[in-house]
Amino acid sequence: MAGTIRVRATASGDATEVQSLIRHPMDSGFVKDAKGELIPAHHIEVVQFEHGGKTVFTALWGPAVSKDPYLKFSFKGGKAGDELKVSWVDNKGASDSLVTKIQ
Amino acid sequence: MIEFPDAPAVARRAVLKGAVAGGLAGLGLGAFPFPAFADADAKEWPGDAFKVKSEADALKALYGKSAEASDKVSLDAPEIAENGAVVPIAVASTLPNVTGIAILVLENPNVLAAAYKIPAGTQASVANRLKMAKTTKVVAVVESGGKLYSATKEVKVTVGGCGG
Repeated sequence: MAGTIRVRATASGDATEVQSLIRHPMDSGFVKDAKGELIPAHHIEVVQFEHGGKTVFTALWGPAVSKDPYLKFSFKGGKAGDELKVSWVDNKGASDSLVTKIQ
Repeated sequence: MIEFPDAPAVARRAVLKGAVAGGLAGLGLGAFPFPAFADADAKEWPGDAFKVKSEADALKALYGKSAEASDKVSLDAPEIAENGAVVPIAVASTLPNVTGIAILVLENPNVLAAAYKIPAGTQASVANRLKMAKTTKVVAVVESGGKLYSATKEVKVTVGGCGG
């Protein structure tokens, strides 16, 4: 799955605030389709954020995280122009990643 | 005498350069060549913790301990969630040395909704959106200095988040 990640990382003082939106169905496995059959669970399991060769945040998600999941967090360090990498992997082994520049 | 390339050729080259740069930017590449970042690793996922039905079991599976209530854990949750499929929840804490945050939705089929690893230098704060099957207590747990602290709020859910 490519092109699923949208992220905005903004440096202010010595902190960088990161907001991300990932396009993903996050099917819980509890919902039935029009035919009455269960739609199998298909959800992101791990999201990782890296800056300067170091992991700054890791999200461990279950099927209860909403569809097209949004996330916001902040870390120290990081300045405008630095790179931030976001990557995720789901329960089917699909993945995507994006490198963005902190603003 | 200095020779200048003719104007149309220069313009063509500029357009091509812009297109390639735009294309690379479109792929989300910040720099080229880019450094070797590691990717999200599915092995980090605590599968067992996501299958349990009780708060105590989830915390034991995730952290091997239980939590005590603390007013230094702040849990932002709506009193009434209009749409149980997308309930905005934010957790923050003033506790020192926070290494993890977990959010549990007690009336969900599996209580653990999300867990976060907070390395040194990252703030003890996260905002996300969760599904809630029905009116439920939501528990935010913060791991600080090797111990667990929690805050609880009830969220009334008018339309359940399980698609029913």
